[in-house]
Amino acid sequence: MAAHRREGVAGYVFLSPWLLGLLGITAIPMVGSLVLSFTNYDLLSDWSELKWVGIHNYTRMFTDDPHYWHAVKVTLVFALVAVPLKLSASLAVALLLNKERRGTGLFRGLFYLPSLLGGSVALALVWRAMWAKEGAVNGFLALFGIEGQNWINEPDWALHTLVVLAIWQFGAPMVIFLAGLKQIPKELYEAAAVDGAANWRAFWHITLPGLSPVIFFNLVLETVHGFQGFTSAYVISGGTGGPIDSTLMYTLYLYKAGFGDYQMGYASAMAWVFLVAIAVITAVLFSTGKFWVHYGDQS
Amino acid sequence: MTNLRAVLRHAFLLLLAVVMLYPVLWMVVSSLRPSNEIFRTPGLVLDGLQVQNYSLGWDALAAPFGHYMVNSAIVVLGAIIGNLVSCSMAAYAFARLEFTGKRIWFAIMLGTIMLPIHVIIVPQYIMFSQVGWVNTFLPLIIPKMLATDAFFVFLMVQFIRALPRELDEAARIDGAGHPRIFLRIILPLMVPALATTTIFTFIWTWNDFFSQLIYLTDPDMYTVPVALRSFVDATVDTSWGSMFAMSVVSLVPIFLAFLIGQRYLIRGIATTGIK
Repeated sequence: MAAHRREGVAGYVFLSPWLLGLLGITAIPMVGSLVLSFTNYDLLSDWSELKWVGIHNYTRMFTDDPHYWHAVKVTLVFALVAVPLKLSASLAVALLLNKERRGTGLFRGLFYLPSLLGGSVALALVWRAMWAKEGAVNGFLALFGIEGQNWINEPDWALHTLVVLAIWQFGAPMVIFLAGLKQIPKELYEAAAVDGAANWRAFWHITLPGLSPVIFFNLVLETVHGFQGFTSAYVISGGTGGPIDSTLMYTLYLYKAGFGDYQMGYASAMAWVFLVAIAVITAVLFSTGKFWVHYGDQS
Repeated sequence: MTNLRAVLRHAFLLLLAVVMLYPVLWMVVSSLRPSNEIFRTPGLVLDGLQVQNYSLGWDALAAPFGHYMVNSAIVVLGAIIGNLVSCSMAAYAFARLEFTGKRIWFAIMLGTIMLPIHVIIVPQYIMFSQVGWVNTFLPLIIPKMLATDAFFVFLMVQFIRALPRELDEAARIDGAGHPRIFLRIILPLMVPALATTTIFTFIWTWNDFFSQLIYLTDPDMYTVPVALRSFVDATVDTSWGSMFAMSVVSLVPIFLAFLIGQRYLIRGIATTGIK
């Protein structure tokens, strides 16, 4: 009994840094964010000027702020285009690299490297230069006699340069797919080969169901990740989200509202809607998962 | 037939490797070209070496670029130490100790892995500015000391759970307490998990832009990403070469980390992705 209690005490001692962080760095700011979202807090004024504004920040967001809807649209388009393309690319390349052959490790490393570089300011700067009017992409197109435009200044194209940058980083989900492919029992493929099943049938009936938990994991991870894109949008648009809001990712707009215009009450309201939206989307993904994710032997 | 397929497959992979590496190579080559030549030159062949871009870029901002590298190194080092100490302690508690509320705390910990920092950044900023921590490195390091990177707690829990329990039992019979079991038995065995944590913390903190942009507004405190951003404001033609040169410099540590730690990086994402 005494040993049991001692273990309980030890448990909380070991957990204390984490508990302190949960309380001070996460929980209290989360509640604070909710409280602030009902105020007009603006950082510059004195606390005494803090006023309750009820749900004003929320009604303003939904009914009276066209930038907000641009940000929502940009973020949704980005996630809806970038995530499926990135996942398809990573799965396709993982299938090509699945069998251990000479050079496999080298290719895996090469394809993974962009995932480490792509989130940096340095690479976003390079991207900005590559897709500029006089950039390498247009230089390449010129070889075929095509006159390219200034991609990052075109409202119709700017976001897609960010999508390409996201797809370029397919290496991280690819590595997860490769690990998942190793978990699928070889015997299943051998049995299918004995039965004379074609390759695509084996892919459809063995690989995809066997890989579905990993596909699901990557889908949730990349979706949540995709919604949070900030660095590349900030750098490529020079911090504006332009041209005409076309790269105004949700987090960039939140940053501009909170730390550019110091409308911290409004930014807090945006933050909470963001949290709820991500939670809802994750929950929806999980509920669809029941229909297509196969765990263990259930398939 | 199978031979042809293997050749095709290999050719495709080679082509893809070239496409994937192209932006990086173009960046390096451009950093060695005169500024007026960078544009419209998709090729990767150099006429001569314009090493001058590096010396000009190094001194292009208010302080020498090395100053920002040192600032980044301080933040990275603090974050690594913080994550290693606090996450391993929490992981030991979750993986090896029984205490009331453990299941609930564990569920909450898993929940915070997905929590976007943007949701808490505003009140956190207000809090840190009240205690005078804006334009210090503390807001970037203290959260790591408090295990807010739950991802690493989870990674380490998974690792410790896979270690044989007989080892701690034997030590306990010999009269060792939990601090001793943790320090002498578990920590030495979880070096691979600690290595994975170190290398990911290194890369993520070195690249982190959002929180460094928010907390560091005094040019003297700028870290590498925040300093690099200043090249966007400077739209003068001559600064392009410098910008590329400093971009290359800023990515050298990431590249080295990748070369040294590739094994741990790949194992890290692979194992956490599966479980």
